[in-house]
Amino acid sequence: MSDVSQPVAHPPVTDWVNDFDHTDPQWTDDPFPIWDELRAASPVVHTERFLGCYMPTTYEAVREIANDTEHFSSRRIIVRDVRPEIARNAAPPITSDPPVHKPAKQLLLPPFTPDAMKKLEPRVRAICNELIDGFVSDGEVDAAARYSKYIPVRAIAHMLGIPESDSDLFVNWIHMILELGIKDESKLLQAVQEMSDYFRGHIEARKKKPTDDLISYLMQAKDKEGNPLEDSHVLGSLRLLLIAGIDTTWSAIGSSLWHLARTPADRERLIAEPGLMPTAVEELLRAYSPVTMAREVVKETTISGCPVKAGNMVLLSFPAANRDPRMFPDADKVVIDRRENRHAAFGLGIHRCVGSNLARMEMQVALEEWLKRIPDFRLDPAGAVTWSQGTVRGPRQLPFLLGKAM
Amino acid sequence: MAARLKVHVDPDKCQGHARCKALAPELFELDEYGNAHEAGDGTVPPGLEDKAWLAKSNCPEIAIDVIEE
Repeated sequence: MSDVSQPVAHPPVTDWVNDFDHTDPQWTDDPFPIWDELRAASPVVHTERFLGCYMPTTYEAVREIANDTEHFSSRRIIVRDVRPEIARNAAPPITSDPPVHKPAKQLLLPPFTPDAMKKLEPRVRAICNELIDGFVSDGEVDAAARYSKYIPVRAIAHMLGIPESDSDLFVNWIHMILELGIKDESKLLQAVQEMSDYFRGHIEARKKKPTDDLISYLMQAKDKEGNPLEDSHVLGSLRLLLIAGIDTTWSAIGSSLWHLARTPADRERLIAEPGLMPTAVEELLRAYSPVTMAREVVKETTISGCPVKAGNMVLLSFPAANRDPRMFPDADKVVIDRRENRHAAFGLGIHRCVGSNLARMEMQVALEEWLKRIPDFRLDPAGAVTWSQGTVRGPRQLPFLLGKAM
Repeated sequence: MAARLKVHVDPDKCQGHARCKALAPELFELDEYGNAHEAGDGTVPPGLEDKAWLAKSNCPEIAIDVIEE
């Protein structure tokens, strides 16, 4: 008997409140009305799919769960059709619970502070301009496939000290893990294996000759007893950095460009008031948060008055929390100068995204350089925008016409 | 005369989102992990009151207090 599941087609959803499915094509295309419907029904909804899964629908319920590591474990962080055995050192610290979480996270934090990101910023600006050089005179471009996709992957490759030219390899692994892997276990295992082999090679090379990059940094790091990290811990964290650092920000940059293509007033305002960009980036992060996380209920409890039972997964939708009108006035509108914005795009509680400062810098630089060089652009009516499925949401095809409309 | 303000970051709540440092760099400092604390004793110099309130109202962890003295 094989423990590798075969992909199973999901029946289309007809009853969202009692049978939700975040891989349904309707959710992929336009999740916002679905979230409104679920939120109107209950602060926590449940589906029998995925072997049983809850979803908190309000900002408050999401916060409660994110802050409750006693009842909600991070040992599984993707809602999938199967619950395979838990791998040790899967991807610390995102898959870690207290008390091992904190030391694992503190190892990763120093290279990702805002000051560290300032040093990386010139390289990211150069990457953006190299990419724009490749299509600016064509009059049209798929901005997801040729721009937003390559900025984060090349930036994280630069930080890790691996060739930026391997970008397509990394993007394919991420696709196999985060999208195909929800329903096809074998794709996920294959990608994890290939990724581990790839990094093992880079680790071996650095044992002979240390380099000034994130891989060597992790290899030289010590745990709280002063011992070097096990190779499996280093590998797990490298997998995490690559997986988490790529299609998340790819999605956020893509969604932001999609919004700007359809909203000339916001585009013009950002060009006229470049100082507004950091505030606008926060609002775009709120309105189009790419990342939905997950938890596993390990002990029965109550969330916003709703009982939750052990053994179920939780789809922890920060994107839905960020559209809760009780937390954000005009939650369904993009208000690029929104002053109060406690959005949860990077999570809440101890698992706050390690790369949040990197993502913010990349988004800001990507939008600034694009608007400098391509102030006018719009969706190509002859093309189709497509969105990724599942855990990370963003445009995967983004056909634009460049220049002023004739 | 307006009340004097002080800011304070609760270190148990701060998770290092660094929104306060971006919005009010004069009033907050980050440690090596990117977690925030108030600059000096937290006293808000005249003219920076708006930034203090802005930092408070953008902290996702509700970790910042603005105290009117």
